[in-house]
Amino acid sequence: MIKRAIILYSLLFVLIIGVGLVMGAPFTTRLMVEAAAYSLIALGLNIQWGYGGLFNFGIMGFIMIGGFAVTFISVPINMEFWDSQGPFLLFKAIVAAGIGALLIIGANKLPRFGIKGKTFRIAQVLAWFSAYIIFRSQIDPAAKYIESTAGFVGGLGLPVVLGWVFGGILAAGVAYIIGKICLGLRTDYLAIATIGVSEIIRALIKNMDWLTKGTLTVSPVPWPVPKPQDFQLMGVQTLESFVYARASFLIVVLIVVLGALFLIQRAYSGPWGRMMRSIRDNHIAAASMGKNVKSRQLEIFIFGSVLIGIGGAILTSFAQIFDPGGYQPINHTFVIWVMVIVGGAGNNFGAVFGGVFIYIVWVLSEPVSQALFINISAISDGFGWGAIPEIESRALQMRVFVLGLVITIALRYAPKGLIPEVIHQQKENKKAQ
Amino acid sequence: MNEFIFFFNKVIISGAVLGSIYALGAIGITLIFGILRFAHFAHGDMMTLGAFVTFILVAAATAIGLTGPLPMGFMVLPIAMVIAAGLALGIDKGFYAPLRARGAKPVTLLIASIGVTLMIQGLIRLFFGVKSRTFFAEAPKEIYRIDMSFFGATRPISVTQPQILMILVTIVAVLALHFFLTKSKFGKAMRAMADNADLAQVSGINTKLVIRVTWVIAGALACMAGTMLALDVTLKPDLAFNIVLPIFAAAIVGGLGHAYGAIAGGFLVGFAETLAVFNWAVLLRPFRENLPSWISNDLSLVPTEYKLTVAFVILVIVLLVRPTGIFKGASS
Repeated sequence: MIKRAIILYSLLFVLIIGVGLVMGAPFTTRLMVEAAAYSLIALGLNIQWGYGGLFNFGIMGFIMIGGFAVTFISVPINMEFWDSQGPFLLFKAIVAAGIGALLIIGANKLPRFGIKGKTFRIAQVLAWFSAYIIFRSQIDPAAKYIESTAGFVGGLGLPVVLGWVFGGILAAGVAYIIGKICLGLRTDYLAIATIGVSEIIRALIKNMDWLTKGTLTVSPVPWPVPKPQDFQLMGVQTLESFVYARASFLIVVLIVVLGALFLIQRAYSGPWGRMMRSIRDNHIAAASMGKNVKSRQLEIFIFGSVLIGIGGAILTSFAQIFDPGGYQPINHTFVIWVMVIVGGAGNNFGAVFGGVFIYIVWVLSEPVSQALFINISAISDGFGWGAIPEIESRALQMRVFVLGLVITIALRYAPKGLIPEVIHQQKENKKAQ
Repeated sequence: MNEFIFFFNKVIISGAVLGSIYALGAIGITLIFGILRFAHFAHGDMMTLGAFVTFILVAAATAIGLTGPLPMGFMVLPIAMVIAAGLALGIDKGFYAPLRARGAKPVTLLIASIGVTLMIQGLIRLFFGVKSRTFFAEAPKEIYRIDMSFFGATRPISVTQPQILMILVTIVAVLALHFFLTKSKFGKAMRAMADNADLAQVSGINTKLVIRVTWVIAGALACMAGTMLALDVTLKPDLAFNIVLPIFAAAIVGGLGHAYGAIAGGFLVGFAETLAVFNWAVLLRPFRENLPSWISNDLSLVPTEYKLTVAFVILVIVLLVRPTGIFKGASS
């Protein structure tokens, strides 16, 4: 199995070199940075699905949370907001949220005072409802005020890497809440629930203009390394400055990816990883051995989400723009699933391979199909059947089809992925057989 | 009275239309889940595909100069449903049947259905582009206005012709499905298989045929729902992708695997969505002078941008309070 991994990785290396020769170094370095970030996200999903068997369809939501976090931390401070009434209004909204939370907690404690059954349920519903009303009554005017005066709250002007860390922390917090509600549901239900959560996160980030600027987009989001413009100021040629800047970004991202890979590979082969796989394969047996299945699954859901959040933060800071309108379930959830399934669920090296390989396929299928269409169009034109209209916009859509084709072929002919999970058998067992 | 008419137009009519679309989609999902035990994610895209099939047929029929008393979209719907059922059978044979034959887990089928989703999306966008189309390019929608001046209202109840037809077609389809499931041999076989597939096979039911019948029904209903959605709004490639979540919510709320539950769930989710985004301040308008001024002019429960969250909140509440759905579904 190791031989196979080495062969596949060398082929991938050859492919990258080939892409570099054809498309040029600036394009390839950009591709590699994004591919590295996606492979980090694929690692996160691999933890959740490959180790834990949790069906997370809400990856887009966590990527968006990471993107928001890095924007909030690293974008310069908006003095207009801090000088206005905005912070005070927001403080009032937070207080209102606190009052609402107290009401809900209080309602949940009612059974202690002997209030049970229907009365308790009604009290609970009333508590949630009034908490919602109280919060809305404070947040709505605050949002309106901030949007009309300062635009949005702005950032904190802190280092970018801190933003990546915060992306992980924020994703962990959201994962904790979602996990508390949704884990323990059956696979199909978990899939629907997580897809719903990610749609809600998208709706929130897209429409909370006071916090995220919504579809107006925030840019520029700073880089952790010098930007091409900085290199140009030092007297580097334009083309080379892009290569240098992106290459140094790539090095930072690779350090993060390799660090994460090292850590989770260690965890995988340790007792923790064995326990997780035993829960995945048979959670009833694992529970009967005294493992707390629910809290372990919550743990793994949070760990995976942290990696996804960091990956999303890296993607946003590399793109230099946070555009909530640009997130699509196909581009940010399903493509990750294809990466993990094709690469090999349950194998970290497989997930990284799938991340890089599928991202290259995903990006390159556009120019390749465009070239293909131009040729077909020329042939059909030559036969007198007329040319294909709107080649460019159609070629862009080809990659969705290619992605679907890749995953169906993979499921049919290589259901365990290109680099499958390694299953260690104990030596005594082999002898006995 | 005008306020009440406004409420009727905004909530009752749109809720009924939305509910019938959700119900038809949810029936397909719930039947497939009952028979094949996996959540069929590509259902939303089968709806879009069906709508595009109808669109091509309409274009063809208009080109040869056919006209009829009803909008062309409804006239060609039966043919489109047959074609869509054939496509559904083809998708099953090409993508799901080989996996089933290998004995793959339901989760694998679920992932395969994502692959199918992506392929259908890609193909539709490849051939039709991403722009919106309408079924009513030539003739505008006919709008019925029911005069309510009898009750002292100046505004009429207004409902478009496709909306009325839609609700009628849904009622017919649901009744037909009911008689099929309770009276016909195949329907009984389907219910038996949904209860216990192994037992059904042992008692001599041809399970492969039942699976095919399931796909035919699901495909035809998906085409119907997709066409109706396209008739009510516009035809876009991502038409159904956006409503796959409310449809799943409807199926789960009704109890997965339970056909009647799916209908109830569809209408429940549809009405809940329109009720939640309705601005209740409108109903208070006549009493405006007598009310304290701190009551805002916008009393909608949920801002319109967050309409999608309503379906999800219902879903979460049902999953927490009654995981098997309102009617006990085929859940384990």
